[in-house]
Amino acid sequence: MNDKRDSTFAASRGSGEIRQKRVQVGQRQKQTGNDAHARYIQVRDHSFFYGTTQVLYDLNMDIPERHVTALIGPSGCGKSTLLRNFNRMNDLIDGISHRGDILIDGRSIYDPYLEVISLRKRIGMVFQKSNPFPKSIYENIVYSLRVAGRNRRAELDETVERSLRAAALWDEVKDRLRETAFSLSGGQMQRLCIARAIANRPEILLMDEPCSALDPVATGKIEDLIHQLKEEYTIIIVTHNMQQAARVSDRTAFLYMGRLIEYNDTEKIFTNPTEEQTEAYVSGRFG
Amino acid sequence: MKTRADRRTPEDTADKAGHSRRSERPRGETFVWMTAMGLTVGLTMIVFLLGLVVTNGVGVFWPRRVALVEFREDRDTRFQGGTKALGVITIEQDRDVRDLTIEQSESPHAADRREKQLFLGNRDAFGQAFSFFPAGDIQSVTYPDDVIRAERLEWGDALFFPVRLEMEDGTAVEADDPIFHSHLHRLVEDAAARRAQIHRIERYEIGRINLQMHQLEQEERYFARQDSLTDQQRSEREAVAGRMDELRAEYQPLADRAAELRSKQQRDILVYRLVTGEERSILVGQIVHHYYPNRLGVAGRAQIFAGQLWRFLSGYPREANTEGGIFPAIFGTFVMTLLMSVAVMPFGVMAAIYLREYARQGLFVRAVRIAINNLAGVPSIVFGIFGLGFFVYFVGGGIDRMFFDRALPAPTFGTGGILWASLTLALMTVPVVIVATEEALAAVPRGVREGSLACGASKWQTIRYLVLPAAAPGIMTGLVLAMARGAGEVAPLMLVGVVALAPNLPLDGLFPFIHLERKFMHLGFHIYDLGFQSPDSEAAKPMVFATTLVLILLVVALNLIATLVRNHLRKKYTADKF
Repeated sequence: MNDKRDSTFAASRGSGEIRQKRVQVGQRQKQTGNDAHARYIQVRDHSFFYGTTQVLYDLNMDIPERHVTALIGPSGCGKSTLLRNFNRMNDLIDGISHRGDILIDGRSIYDPYLEVISLRKRIGMVFQKSNPFPKSIYENIVYSLRVAGRNRRAELDETVERSLRAAALWDEVKDRLRETAFSLSGGQMQRLCIARAIANRPEILLMDEPCSALDPVATGKIEDLIHQLKEEYTIIIVTHNMQQAARVSDRTAFLYMGRLIEYNDTEKIFTNPTEEQTEAYVSGRFG
Repeated sequence: MKTRADRRTPEDTADKAGHSRRSERPRGETFVWMTAMGLTVGLTMIVFLLGLVVTNGVGVFWPRRVALVEFREDRDTRFQGGTKALGVITIEQDRDVRDLTIEQSESPHAADRREKQLFLGNRDAFGQAFSFFPAGDIQSVTYPDDVIRAERLEWGDALFFPVRLEMEDGTAVEADDPIFHSHLHRLVEDAAARRAQIHRIERYEIGRINLQMHQLEQEERYFARQDSLTDQQRSEREAVAGRMDELRAEYQPLADRAAELRSKQQRDILVYRLVTGEERSILVGQIVHHYYPNRLGVAGRAQIFAGQLWRFLSGYPREANTEGGIFPAIFGTFVMTLLMSVAVMPFGVMAAIYLREYARQGLFVRAVRIAINNLAGVPSIVFGIFGLGFFVYFVGGGIDRMFFDRALPAPTFGTGGILWASLTLALMTVPVVIVATEEALAAVPRGVREGSLACGASKWQTIRYLVLPAAAPGIMTGLVLAMARGAGEVAPLMLVGVVALAPNLPLDGLFPFIHLERKFMHLGFHIYDLGFQSPDSEAAKPMVFATTLVLILLVVALNLIATLVRNHLRKKYTADKF
């Protein structure tokens, strides 16, 4: 089944460069079997510090490609910090340090020869609070292309339509692409941010509580969207909403006090968790 | 199902609110009163200031009637030995009690304790343009129809009764001739046109030649100073001499033409009679404009008003700045403020970007920030002294030694000029821009920056494409503040390039068009010069108000432009949802 998905995926890709890359991934998968696929992102003995305060303790987890992985846990458990480490967003904060490593597709994100910008180009991110740029809808989408120096009109137009269609926003905004992004509703803005995150065809999509500020209808739309997007992207989502984690994710990681308590298939976590703490949390008895 | 709150009527709600106010005294009510009072005091002062300036400033140009005042024969108030005075009644006020005699202070007539100020004009004949007369001594005030008020090139305005026009060809037109008025009008207009022509020739055509000759003379002096000349220098010197002769040849016909026009200005003579009966005469070429103040309707007055206002705004100053216009001062202020903005913007914004976005926030940056804030509080004269010492003497002197060494010892950039004045003010206002820009940058939401970085943008790209545009309105606010402070500043400018009367504008039609080394006039300094340096302070007073009004309007106009730009940017880059 995974191989089948891989081949349709490769066919659906428009850009030759990326298709080639995908083929390489596919080839390697053939060599190593499902192992590399299941261990697309590897977190190895990862600890993280804000100054002297340790917020993550020796995490170890393998995140599979093109699945949705949910990070759950009470506030302050470090799930957002972990998410923001995948694209090194925490670099913006002064006085941080880490131990251990995170590997994406076999390569360390802390590799000194890896430019953080090229890392972020491969990883899209959607934030808790929708943050459209003070520009038009069109310019919001093509921003990642423009900063990469890609300004060809045809490519930009194609990207805008593809991204907005993928984010299920195209029909609503196709006649007002030149209007400011602030003319959209809250749910539309968040979908615009998703469209922006996938405009540059990243491999991974990080979502930091993407629905926490939305009403149930908009939340439903975003969840449907996540279901469709996992066909193409590896998605890691942080959520406070147990039902949401159960609905959208394939694997779930439960973090508590900076430690990974349990990490397993979502079904298992919610129906038959191994750890007592996990059960207490998902059943609502604490947290 | 409706809740109780939904069913409540507005009256209910109001009643409930009123009730609670009665039953429980709200805390902080007195504080609201105090804050409102603070605002009221501020507003009152501003309205009062503006009202004073506007009424006094605009009133200068409104043509007022000229009164013929006759004094009572039985009192001893006389004017120039006669019982009549002609003038515009400018002030009516109570006399200083120390000037009153016992009879006057006990007099049943209130008029005995009052006095009127008359603008008499004719400074050449009477020696003073204003005089006070006791109101009680005035027999009658009439407004004779045939009084002319004429603005002259010299000696200010004249108020008189016309007698006759004496033409060059020996003919004369008497004042009671019906064609007299139109005749005089035409001659004055012709003279004004010729004056404009002379001005054009002398300022631009001869001015251009003079400028070149001045430069050649400097070269010539430089060669003369040398002990021995190389062959090349000798040939250069000859070329200079040759060029000089060419310029002289060019100069002569222009000078002749100007002289011819000037001689035409001397032809026609207007003979007039003063209120004292004395007959005097004036060249028509000396009259700038004239009108019959007691014959005008409202429309006529408005027309005269507009004309006088226009001459004030567009004209060049005359007679130690007390007459004529203030155009060079307006222009100088404008150009200087613009140059200052051009200099202060990039420096201020760049410094703020580094300080806020790139510098590691720590003790050192905190110290730098404190130093910048303190810099904003340094008295402006200190900046003037620094500008004189650093820009004028050090930088300007260095430029002179390097590029204008042939003109030495006469300084080119090594003396006050509009460039140094602008830079000095830029230095003075740069803290304002830095502080405002820093605040604007800090106000850009973190989400926008993170979103941009997550898109694979570099830090600079984030600043360039998102942070700066979003901060632009705040940066413009800083510029508005800087401009307002810079345009109104006088003290430092006196040291670095402002003069009471500049012969040339800093920007004109002569190559290289913008003359950064030139001294310039400034409205603020003009006000000081008018109010405190002019020989007749009474006459200068209305001009001070008018100039103040122009300065205020100029600052308002500059601010308005910047505010419009800011609002435009704000509409473009921000919204309530962020």
